[in-house]
Amino acid sequence: MSLRRLFSFIVLTFALLSAPVFTYAQHEENHESAPVAEGETAHAAHGEEKKGGFNASEVIFGHIGDSHYWHFFDVNDHPVSLSLPVIIYHPEKGLEVFSASKFHHGHESYNGYHLEHGMKEKIVSEDGAKIIDFSITKNVVSMIISVVLLLVIMLNVAKKYKKNGTMVAPTGFQNALEPVLTFVRDEVAKPNLGKKYMRYMPLLLTVFFFIWINNLLGLLPGGANFTGNIAVTACLAIVSFLIMIFSGNKHFWGHLFNPPGVPLGVKFLLVPIEIISLFIKPIALMIRLFANILAGHIVILSVISMIFIFAGLSKVAGWGFVPVSMAFTIFMFFLELLVAAIQAFIFTNLTAVFIGQAVEEGHDHDHVHEEYHAHNPETGQDYNVSKQEIIA
Amino acid sequence: MDLLTPELGLFVWTLLAFLIVFVILRKFAWKPILKALHERETGIADSIAAAERVKKEMGAMQAENERIMMEARAERAQLLKEAKETRDSIINKAKEETKAITDKMVADAQQQIQQQKMAALTEVKNEIGKLAVEVAEKVIRKQLSTAESQNDYAKMLADEISMN
Repeated sequence: MSLRRLFSFIVLTFALLSAPVFTYAQHEENHESAPVAEGETAHAAHGEEKKGGFNASEVIFGHIGDSHYWHFFDVNDHPVSLSLPVIIYHPEKGLEVFSASKFHHGHESYNGYHLEHGMKEKIVSEDGAKIIDFSITKNVVSMIISVVLLLVIMLNVAKKYKKNGTMVAPTGFQNALEPVLTFVRDEVAKPNLGKKYMRYMPLLLTVFFFIWINNLLGLLPGGANFTGNIAVTACLAIVSFLIMIFSGNKHFWGHLFNPPGVPLGVKFLLVPIEIISLFIKPIALMIRLFANILAGHIVILSVISMIFIFAGLSKVAGWGFVPVSMAFTIFMFFLELLVAAIQAFIFTNLTAVFIGQAVEEGHDHDHVHEEYHAHNPETGQDYNVSKQEIIA
Repeated sequence: MDLLTPELGLFVWTLLAFLIVFVILRKFAWKPILKALHERETGIADSIAAAERVKKEMGAMQAENERIMMEARAERAQLLKEAKETRDSIINKAKEETKAITDKMVADAQQQIQQQKMAALTEVKNEIGKLAVEVAEKVIRKQLSTAESQNDYAKMLADEISMN
């Protein structure tokens, strides 16, 4: 099958791009404390600039931010990580591609670029030019893994449907996915989109599964904080915003720019509000997903970090806090598993709601508020209330 | 805040990946899966409707059968009744006819018996008359065989005439 060949090609390409694989970088400074070397907290390895001890905020921000390395753990203070390919567009020098291992974890500069560790890890050009970083970062790699997973799972399921025909009961993964598919169809698409739901089903399903699988991958220890990155949620929000804009019908735009049955004075007030609300919708989508996932990651990391903070005070306190911290972490993990699905659902559902508003045919609506308006011809205030009621 | 500024690189890669996934999944996964789901659901709905229809038809058929059975039963009863009536009437008729025939036969026989009796009686009378005449002839012949007797007889006959 040509598709399968395409996947292997994509995977191979990225594997080759990140060719200088595991680096065992040498460090000059060696004042890291030993207990940091496990699981997600291994990000503390970036805290070299600080004096010894444990720096929770560095661990946390090291994890939730993007990186040009996929850090796994430290061995004797040497980070074991996958160096990822760096792709930089420099306005004068053009496109440059090299491995992040050239930076030696930020200790050396390469080709006039060096790594800067602020709240985020950033590549800076030493000549001060404004470069654009198209690197295959940790988040991008994580996304590629999720995309490959998604494609493999979904295409296999689709193949099963084709092979088994329609009247055979679903089995295996097909059976696991079918309730989700029918849930998206019956609970998200149909109530919000009405008769035209079939047109938007592929988009809604893709959005749902894309977010869900990335949320779940982000929960794995050492996983990337992909859906908790604002660039990602912005991208998804813009996609759903554009779909909403392009599927908006005459009724939608008419109500936006020239709400019928509203006195002229109120129109001046109402139209800007409507336009602002139009743009607030994708922003709300963007921030909701971003903040939820980010907060989840931060909370889990904070709770784990507490062990090391207490350990910094006294060894006994550190060990003593382990059960408490673990209980919290396990609870948070279960919560985050739930949140992963809920946020994917909410994003999909709101996308469906917004598209539904854009494609809504206004016959009933017009009829109702015209009728209401006939009762109260002079009160715009009342009209607004009635409109909300009708929408609700 | 650094955390809130989206990086263009990640944005572009995400957009690219999302669109590729969207296009591939739409063509090769969602459409066939949704089609299959839709077909299965309509198939199931059709089957249920068909089952319902068949059930209804069965019900109607059963009612029809019941009705036909009732009719058949009624017809059978009717037929039986008619047959009984016919039988009775045939028997009655046969009885009547037999009686008429026997009556007639009896009457004929009696008539014949009467006739033959009469004939026999007549014959017996004739025979007796003949015998009497023969006896009388013989008697007379014996009485009148002498001349004297013939005179006496003539004389007697003459006396009878003279007495008149």
